[in-house]
Amino acid sequence: METLERIIAEHPFFHGLDDDFVALMVSCASNVRFQAGTYILKEGDPANTFYLIREGKVAVEVFAPQHKPIIVATLSVGEILGWSWLLPPFQWKFHARAVDDVRAIALDGKCLRAKCEENHDLGYEVLKRFVQIMEQRLEATRLQLLDVYAVKR
Amino acid sequence: MIMTTGTITDPMLPQPYTVRDVAKETPDTFTLRLEPKTAANPSSFQPGQFSMLWVFGVGELPISISGDPALQDRLVYTVRSVGQATHALVNRRVGEGVGVRGPFGTGWPAEAARGRDVIVVAGGIGLAPLRPLIYQVLQNRDDYGRLLILYGARSPRELLYRKELAAWARNRETQVLVTVDYGGLGWRGHVGVVTTLFKYARLQPAPAVAMVCGPEIMMRFVTRELENQGLSRDNIYLSMERNMKCAVGFCGHCQYGPHFICKDGPVFRYEQIRNLLEKYEL
Repeated sequence: METLERIIAEHPFFHGLDDDFVALMVSCASNVRFQAGTYILKEGDPANTFYLIREGKVAVEVFAPQHKPIIVATLSVGEILGWSWLLPPFQWKFHARAVDDVRAIALDGKCLRAKCEENHDLGYEVLKRFVQIMEQRLEATRLQLLDVYAVKR
Repeated sequence: MIMTTGTITDPMLPQPYTVRDVAKETPDTFTLRLEPKTAANPSSFQPGQFSMLWVFGVGELPISISGDPALQDRLVYTVRSVGQATHALVNRRVGEGVGVRGPFGTGWPAEAARGRDVIVVAGGIGLAPLRPLIYQVLQNRDDYGRLLILYGARSPRELLYRKELAAWARNRETQVLVTVDYGGLGWRGHVGVVTTLFKYARLQPAPAVAMVCGPEIMMRFVTRELENQGLSRDNIYLSMERNMKCAVGFCGHCQYGPHFICKDGPVFRYEQIRNLLEKYEL
């Protein structure tokens, strides 16, 4: 059976992180499961967690009044869900719904925020990793906004 | 390269074909199966080539061949109805005639890819010119390494060849990943642009050849991602599109820098056109 320590240490997101920092992460981590159709997080709720998805698919949705929710992206095995825990006001900006049964590792953002404040080297390592994800998702969103497959008349 | 078959020697002379089937793929995209009116003009082509299709009284259009190259008794085209001529073409009835010139242009490097992994990246209707290549690889499975198909479309209802995508995925050593830019709640697949699929791809860059077709801006992002994944520019091929008229390099309508898309393309090695892809004027 895989231990949390091993899963976190081998996850690409934490690649190159010092053993001490991995141990800190593990102390903030727990295994979680979500049934298909359930909401993992909801817009406006306090954001105090992020997730490493181990199995299943998650839909990131935007709520639009008088419309069905709009899925802006899906995240799957190996990906990270949630960064609102990192920045004030620590509230989710989107809904995230389990499309399939989802297995994930939840990392306690509140606990990690405190550890990052205490240890800025850890804070820098965490920020570097999240900024990379933000950059990739920003680029994908820009391309999505271009609506490249639309008929140009 | 101009393919001439049988007694056909004049590339400007349309050959008479008959519409045998029209299948609706999406709300505005149809696949037409044409058969030659005479047995004298069999329909051989290389994956990636295109024909000029003449709708009499309306106009002539360059359309990529999307059928199986092993079936030489027919030509298959997938056409999106976006203007007068394409509208007239997709509204041809079974039994009506269409003039066909070609096939024209360069094909995908199917021979050069033998023995190597093949990465197919398609966006929207860009899957149509790649489908003949996919048929060829799957029919000669032992001659190629792994086949990876990454396909992105605007929405689930705009996905081409949905049943075939599922069937292709059941082949050995074949991975098919599909995504849409906008997914409804009923869609259980990926949502996001095609480049986001690389995260899930079982990719081995060293022995691979990548073939890409879709909107130019999408191809620019895809080539960048392929390079990030370790593919060299020499192993990336793109299919380009411009307004083609004569299809044999006489008229200059499809000039693209020093190239004519109809004659030197539509399939180019990325290295050949890399600098042109970033020019606003072209």
